[in-house]
Amino acid sequence: MAENFDVIVVGAGMAGNAAAYVLAQNGLKVLQIERGETPGSKNVQGAILYSDAIERIIPDFRDDAPLERHMIEQRVWILDETSYVGANYRSEDFNTPPYNRYTILRAHFDQWFNQKVREIGALVICETTVTELLLDGQRVIGVLTDRKGGEIYADAVVLCDGVNSRLATKAGFHPEILPKDVALAVKEIHFLPQEVIEARFNIGVDEGVVIEMAGKITAGMMGTGFLYTNKESITLGVGCMLSDFKQQKVTPYQLLERMKNHPSIKPLIADSEMKEYAAHLIPEGGYHAIPKVYGDGWLIAGDAGQFVNGLHREGSNLAMTTGMLAAQTLIELKAAGKPFTAANLSAYKAKLDQSFVMKDLKKYRRMPAIFHRNKQFFTTYPDLLSQAAQSLIRVDGQDKKTKERDIKKSFLASRSWFGLIGDVFKFWRAIE
Amino acid sequence: MSKIEEKLFQDRYQVDTAGAHIAIKDAEVCRQCAEQQCAVCCPAGCYTQEGNGSLLLMTDGCLECGTCRIVCDEGNLDWEWPRGGFGILFKFG
Repeated sequence: MAENFDVIVVGAGMAGNAAAYVLAQNGLKVLQIERGETPGSKNVQGAILYSDAIERIIPDFRDDAPLERHMIEQRVWILDETSYVGANYRSEDFNTPPYNRYTILRAHFDQWFNQKVREIGALVICETTVTELLLDGQRVIGVLTDRKGGEIYADAVVLCDGVNSRLATKAGFHPEILPKDVALAVKEIHFLPQEVIEARFNIGVDEGVVIEMAGKITAGMMGTGFLYTNKESITLGVGCMLSDFKQQKVTPYQLLERMKNHPSIKPLIADSEMKEYAAHLIPEGGYHAIPKVYGDGWLIAGDAGQFVNGLHREGSNLAMTTGMLAAQTLIELKAAGKPFTAANLSAYKAKLDQSFVMKDLKKYRRMPAIFHRNKQFFTTYPDLLSQAAQSLIRVDGQDKKTKERDIKKSFLASRSWFGLIGDVFKFWRAIE
Repeated sequence: MSKIEEKLFQDRYQVDTAGAHIAIKDAEVCRQCAEQQCAVCCPAGCYTQEGNGSLLLMTDGCLECGTCRIVCDEGNLDWEWPRGGFGILFKFG
């Protein structure tokens, strides 16, 4: 292929589809390359779709996008072996259109999103793996694919190749990702009749519930679990930092089995049929793990740029937003007749800094390191909370004042005054 | 359903008979590796610890997450994406 494109977008996930859509919409000649059989067949996410991010790209997405349920209730559970202490937020405001967030199945959603990309004018080729970037010195001039005669040239390449970010690593644009900066998540999808899901979660047709979990289900590792309701299925999984997985003997699938057998979780998926098991890395290194995201002839968006807000479980919206901002940068330069040099593409970084993406990541920049160093947030506190709740709730002849004194003692025995005050401060520093 | 094989049985794959996309560079390096954490961390159980201290890699069930490459301190893996269209094909993702 001697054809020259304005832009090649590598990958058809959230970032790649957002970038390709916006580029083609503005008249640029775009080629998008996806290694899966169809867009979405390699992509794994929980998955929650935040309407705001997709709305800025396709305002009427609700008309035909494959959406599962809109979320009306958020539950947070802190678990020990036999119990959970929880908080729920449910509001009719989240049950009033336009809905703020939905569960989706990525294999279905990404196909829809990519169909929109094709309709607006981008050329999309699937079943094609980009093996490396074509370089002229430090300038990216195209990509090499595993197809016959696989060199394709473009004025710029947008790398939306996911968390492993192989192309940029191979080209030496940034070092290999570190185990401390990435979480390994495994999940399963369990099918149940629609009415059973609605009865179990106290919800109506199309209404959904999210449960985020922390505590003993991660076996002392820094991580969280989740359970999402889809239309006719439940997705549940657990993810922990890879640096923690490295130091112990529990396999990811054993951890998932334990979670599924927790007495608070087991009844929710009883009698269901498991139809898929998936694993994925989530970039959770935060602000300090973000690599250089632009250079001569290239930009990085989505997970490849480590754009994930781990605390708020936001990633797909950051992917779409960064893909869109990368596209807008290229569109503006092209309109101004400016070449895609590193100096000119630095406008992308400026756009990122002005957006919620970098503002949020900067706000939580200390969080990963603080949680890495303080495992008590995932071990000691869930136990203490559960014991305290049980002591207060169980009626056993013991007077309440003694119970309160015992609870206080249990906290002090585990963490001491100094430790407790320090933990409050650390937690505040992590999220301030 | 606690065995990894039973989980992977639910997944859809297009196995590339032309060759594996991950290969151990030097089997001796694995034999000398005290941790062999790939065998614990791989969510598809692709790495099996043999009785004699060596590691067996079977990539057929690979979920293409990248964990093994990142946990290997020795950098002892040749790790590439499968050829276009091959490997795991998620039905739901």
